Amino acid sequence: MRDRPVLTASQINDELLWPVFELRRRHVLAFLPPFILVMAGAVAVTILIWQGLWVTGLNRPAFWGFFIVNFVFWIGVSHAGTMISSILRLTQAEWKRPITRAAEVMTVFALVTSLIHPVIHAGRPWRIVYWLLPYDFTRGVWPDVRSPLVWDPVAITTYLTGSILFVFTALIPDFAIIRDQSTGMRRTIYGALAMGWRGTPRQWQLQGIFGILMSALILPVFVSVHSIVSWDFAASVVPAWHVTVYAPYFVIGAVHSGVSMVLTLMAFMRWIFKLENFIWEDHFDAVGRLLIFIATAWLFFFFLDFAFSFYTREEQEIAVMERRLLEWPFNAITIIMVMTSYVIPIPLWLNRKVRRNIALMFWTSILVNIGMWLERFFLIIPAIERKQELTFLWANYVPSLTESVIVLASFGMVAMLLIIFAKLVPLVPAWEQKEGQVFRSEVQIGEVTVPAIVRESEEPRAW
Amino acid sequence: MTMSDYKWGMAVDIDACSGCQACVIACAAENNLPINLERDFTERRAIAWIRIERYWEGEYPNIKAHFLPVLCQHCGNAPCEPVCPVYATYHNPAGLNVQVYNRCVGTRYCANNCPYHARFFNYRRPTWPETFHNYLNPDVTVRERGIMEKCTFCIQRINAAVRIAKRTGTSAPDHFMTACEQACPTDALTFGNLNDPNSRVSQLFADESRAYTLQGAIGTEPNVRYLKGVATAKAGSDEMTAAAH
Repeated sequence: MRDRPVLTASQINDELLWPVFELRRRHVLAFLPPFILVMAGAVAVTILIWQGLWVTGLNRPAFWGFFIVNFVFWIGVSHAGTMISSILRLTQAEWKRPITRAAEVMTVFALVTSLIHPVIHAGRPWRIVYWLLPYDFTRGVWPDVRSPLVWDPVAITTYLTGSILFVFTALIPDFAIIRDQSTGMRRTIYGALAMGWRGTPRQWQLQGIFGILMSALILPVFVSVHSIVSWDFAASVVPAWHVTVYAPYFVIGAVHSGVSMVLTLMAFMRWIFKLENFIWEDHFDAVGRLLIFIATAWLFFFFLDFAFSFYTREEQEIAVMERRLLEWPFNAITIIMVMTSYVIPIPLWLNRKVRRNIALMFWTSILVNIGMWLERFFLIIPAIERKQELTFLWANYVPSLTESVIVLASFGMVAMLLIIFAKLVPLVPAWEQKEGQVFRSEVQIGEVTVPAIVRESEEPRAW
Repeated sequence: MTMSDYKWGMAVDIDACSGCQACVIACAAENNLPINLERDFTERRAIAWIRIERYWEGEYPNIKAHFLPVLCQHCGNAPCEPVCPVYATYHNPAGLNVQVYNRCVGTRYCANNCPYHARFFNYRRPTWPETFHNYLNPDVTVRERGIMEKCTFCIQRINAAVRIAKRTGTSAPDHFMTACEQACPTDALTFGNLNDPNSRVSQLFADESRAYTLQGAIGTEPNVRYLKGVATAKAGSDEMTAAAH
């Protein structure tokens, strides 16, 4: 393990806050590709809403397609941030400090991006938001609480609210730092955002309590959100959607893709914002170890899904499983999915050298996300294309260009929002870094040097 | 007479069906369905509230076609109803599964959840040639793009019959016709009031030797029953994927 640089408070400020105060070329360069994608997506969405859903590849049995697949994917990604940061906060793992904020912010942006999908997927998007609000306007008709499509917005908005609060309270001390270092307009704005933060002991205490409390409160929400999203499928009568295993299967898949996305993000942050002093190989190592466990749990559910359908001997369900495994193009998708999300990355991650190689971790985490995107496609599409026994109505779904552009743009959107966010506040919490330094500082008592503050282990244990 | 005195249902005699598709055309004309172009069929987005599914049995030259007219089954326990977030589809007291076009936002969940593929989405704005505009049925709404639609059991005809009955103080005729039934040359379709034990449809429903429901194992309790001769059913049931239970 290499020596940790011990930085002074002002060094931490300098290294973390530069994106806020100056604009460097790499920041702009990183912003451009996602921005172009988002613009392309905006054009595609305009075409979609202007022309109607015929510009997609959707047809009669396949009424749901890429938008729903992508919606589920981004909800999944949103899970990691909160899971990582709340679990690490609750266990007081010291190494969490540099990665929590990026992970939490990714949660918020992934949720915002995913929420676009069910809206543009609807036939009359201009009505769906308005009519799903649980408020009885003049129509005398409330949303139908029996519908999973009502559970969805309830769960997701709860999660979004919680995540925003989570991020915002952790940001307040950093807003205050920026306020204190700036002048003019910026000072006014950040001053308002800092909400009168003075750094008094009482403020720190409240902030600490809120972090722990919110972590504990948001964990059940995080499990419920993806369970509820999975019930969009599990509560239907479509064979192979209608399975009880979907909820835990979706949750573990979500964690797998989300935590991998955090890895990707960590590598990006290190590259764009030069955070080598904050995000170390140790972090990649620790997240990699976590992922080995998560991926194996995911693989277990992957087999369980098949086992359950063969166990029940439900004819139509077995037919869908057969289609997933044997019929083109789903056989190829299944193979790519299992290879990219398990067979290739996990043996690599078992090797400590690989876990500490950031370039390799970056590429393997991208692989996992390709695999997990395909997993959503694999779970949703084959079943709906071969719905029920009326073979006369079976048809295949071939996504159109418009849909594909919107899917790509969703990746651009999350990236773009993150890069804009990084311009406004440091992606690595400056106050948490300083707190970490304080915990590590030592005092001299007589001839003995002891830690200034006694706490649990501050480093990821090296097994 | 209130609506709940009626429970509308239909019997479909598969043995009588010749697969002529007259019902399909009649339905389209009565209910202002958009004209299905070749494009709509290749894209698998054609709208036909009643359709004739054709299944082949046997090997050439001993080959036999089976025709299965499928329309909305107006299920008593409809899977499409609870999944709609905005109550755009609900069950009315006369046993009809009703679609409220104005309320529909187009999530298409109902269509996913329909085991009979009986629901249709307006992917495009429906259009008719200029000359057709005066042929549209004034009693039936023209549906906008972005919403679901499906067989209504010709609710405009039902309402008219019930209104007349109300005015004259009698009960609605046990047997007035839906458009598909009216067009059927072989009398394969029979529509009527299931609450009246003497109606033709009730008697056909009671025919235990021939009546069955489509995909009955799902438990949707359809208000449409299919009639099939036992001998034919035996011969065809193994090969017919859409066969009876």
